[in-house]
Amino acid sequence: MIEFEQPSRRELLTAIGKAGGAVALYQAMTALGHAAPTQFAGPPKLSGARPGASVVVLGSGLAGMVAALELQKAGYKVQILEFQDRPGGRNYTVRGGDVIKETDGTVQKVQFAPGNYLNPGPWRIPFHHQALLHYCSELGVALEPFVQINLNGYIHSDKAYGGVPQRIAEVGVDYKGHVAELLAKAVNKGALDDTVTAEDKARLLEAMRGWGLLDKNMAYTTSLQTSAQRGYDRPPGGGVNGAPTPSQIASLSDTLDPRVWGTVSGFFSRTMQQTMFQPVGGVDMIGKAFARKLAGLIRLNARVTKIAQDDAGVTVDYVDTVTGKASVAKASYCVCTIPLPLLSQIEVQVSAPKQAAIKSLPYHSSCKVGLEMKRRFWEQDEAIFGGHSFTTQPIGEVGYPSTGFFKPGPAVLLGAYAGGANAYTFAAMTPAQRIETALKQGSVFHKQYRQEFSNGVAVAWTKLPWITSCASTWSEDLRREHYQNLVSVDGRIVLAGEHCSYIGAWMEASLLSAIDAITRLHQRALAA
Amino acid sequence: MRRALAFVLLATAGAAAAQSLGDTTSNGSPGAATTSGEQTYREICQACHMAEAQGGTGPGAAPALAANPRLGDPDYVLTRILRGRAGMPAFAELLTAEQTADVANYVRTHFGNAYSTPITTADVKRLAPPPES
Ligand SMILES: Cc1cc2nc3c(=O)[nH]c(=O)nc-3n(C[C@H](O)[C@H](O)[C@H](O)COP(=O)(O)OP(=O)(O)OC[C@H]3O[C@@H](n4cnc5c(N)ncnc54)[C@H](O)[C@@H]3O)c2cc1C
Ligand code: HEC
Repeated sequence: MIEFEQPSRRELLTAIGKAGGAVALYQAMTALGHAAPTQFAGPPKLSGARPGASVVVLGSGLAGMVAALELQKAGYKVQILEFQDRPGGRNYTVRGGDVIKETDGTVQKVQFAPGNYLNPGPWRIPFHHQALLHYCSELGVALEPFVQINLNGYIHSDKAYGGVPQRIAEVGVDYKGHVAELLAKAVNKGALDDTVTAEDKARLLEAMRGWGLLDKNMAYTTSLQTSAQRGYDRPPGGGVNGAPTPSQIASLSDTLDPRVWGTVSGFFSRTMQQTMFQPVGGVDMIGKAFARKLAGLIRLNARVTKIAQDDAGVTVDYVDTVTGKASVAKASYCVCTIPLPLLSQIEVQVSAPKQAAIKSLPYHSSCKVGLEMKRRFWEQDEAIFGGHSFTTQPIGEVGYPSTGFFKPGPAVLLGAYAGGANAYTFAAMTPAQRIETALKQGSVFHKQYRQEFSNGVAVAWTKLPWITSCASTWSEDLRREHYQNLVSVDGRIVLAGEHCSYIGAWMEASLLSAIDAITRLHQRALAA
Repeated sequence: MRRALAFVLLATAGAAAAQSLGDTTSNGSPGAATTSGEQTYREICQACHMAEAQGGTGPGAAPALAANPRLGDPDYVLTRILRGRAGMPAFAELLTAEQTADVANYVRTHFGNAYSTPITTADVKRLAPPPES
């Protein structure tokens, strides 16, 4: 296996871009686009809160809870109001016995076996999300590897390979092999003479030969050499029949399918690189650990209906969702982490530009389907240990558990992670229809599906009453017009949460935004 | 069991942009997708605006599109669909211009709305936000 230093790889991809056009350039872009880790300089060092100063935090997602934790450390009197009957917000895991209620009254009861779970929302943590990793460590949340890249998963496209799923290793190796052969041809024809020096031409050819596994004629062919990466028809063994036979390479044309090359280049996305992590036992171990630190401070089943402020402080109206009783919470300051689809429908006493920002930012959605199977057939029959299989079908992918390898008994597959417009298509279905769709489409990968299926759960974020979506969808236009207005401190109120960041739908976003928000709020409080 | 339709994520540029949104948009299922306005309504809009376009209930609910005088303004309708707003998703990168015009015309001529001036794909293109790169 030949490995490249980052710089030579970059040069290589730039060259490919010039010769090979958009496809190759896309790969270069995703590899180069994200570089720096997140902006975390350690937990905030706030101290010396004004005596008697208090903060009401709205929402007990990670943003609300980290804000409460740090403000309390600084000496503020803190209370949290939370709509749901559990803390954690999108940091959410479902297990056997849990009940999921949708906006139209639909109820699902989770039937997973003890120990099994589905993370309907966040499920993986990049190694460079330092704020989140810091708090996991501080709060004693055990992490284990999340297998993001598994080349033994499949890729399926309705427009390539006759619709037959291929192992990711096979298509990935063919893709670079064919591209390398083409680039070598272009170099040898003199097509790059005006961009590559004579010396670099020789080095580039050598690189293409090594990277693409080209033969002595600079061709990408079926051989034991290429099989050493893409896999063999008969793998090397011992004894009399030990000799391997190579696997047949596929065509250039198939590798040019966007699902194929997009998957391969997606592995280079900064947020998807190995090593990734997951909390042992479910992602909600993070939220639960925060909540333990805030025992007694979180009022559950409290839906905020109005937020007002004046010289004396902040007044928050809320309704107890169990008893229907209306109450009022008062504090000196307010950190509001309510997701904008809900906040936009609540009366908030802030400046007109901030109100416009709250109302303007759209959100996107997704749907995850968890399928409990009677046994780990993907491991036992197909040697897939973690990772994903990707498809052009609306389910998007099948995700394999990163934990419990080799265990006998039932295990939960991610049977769908539908995004884009498909998120709403899934939301419009009943849970039973979503599960049926996941079974039908996932059968393209695994013939065992129908035989082994035990039960399932389908979480359509659009239908969850406390958020009605997944996360914010910023565009450059929206950033220019609304971002600073959204995050500014307005009198005694500051917003925080995933939507108040440049990070997007990551738990890191909620932590970094909250730390920044309370730091500014604290300064405002000291200056007052 | 009805057939789930595949809606297009329009361009590879969209796929690249989607990656920077975070974890939640990992797939956009490219595929052929010509659908009628009614089909698009049933497959997508209905999830929030409900079967009779009567709107949802509870916090964060989508408003009724039925008998909605604001639907009289074609540009208002298109801007909402293309750019979204709070709980209303932005569909500029999820639907083709044809699908967008068709579904806009569909809601403007059904559910007690009778705004007959047709919306065209030219209108959609005029109001679409610049593509993210
Ligand atoms: C499908 C999906 C996949 C994801 N994958 C990942 C991943 O792999 N890794 C990762 O790091 N991140 C991931 N994320 C993103 C991550 O979940 C979020 O960025 C983060 O959890 C948001 O935290 P928050 O505190 O900003 O908001 P939330 O957790 O949403 O907290 C807001 C809280 O406000 C409450 N609330 C709402 N309305 C009211 C009201 N009226 N009154 C009182 N309270 C109210 C809500 O109930 C909620 O508890 C994913 C998200 C989704 C949806
Ligand atoms: C995820 C839920 C959701 C989906 C899916 C959805 N909408 Fe909406 N829609 C909303 C919400 C919420 C609003 C109100 C936004 C606001 O606060 O202004 C809205 C507003 C609108 C409006 C403006 C109504 C008014 O009176 O101002 C139109 C028009 C509209 N939607 C059309 C559509 C169409 C057409 C589709 C399908 C292509 C669709 N919506 C899909 C949630 C949704």
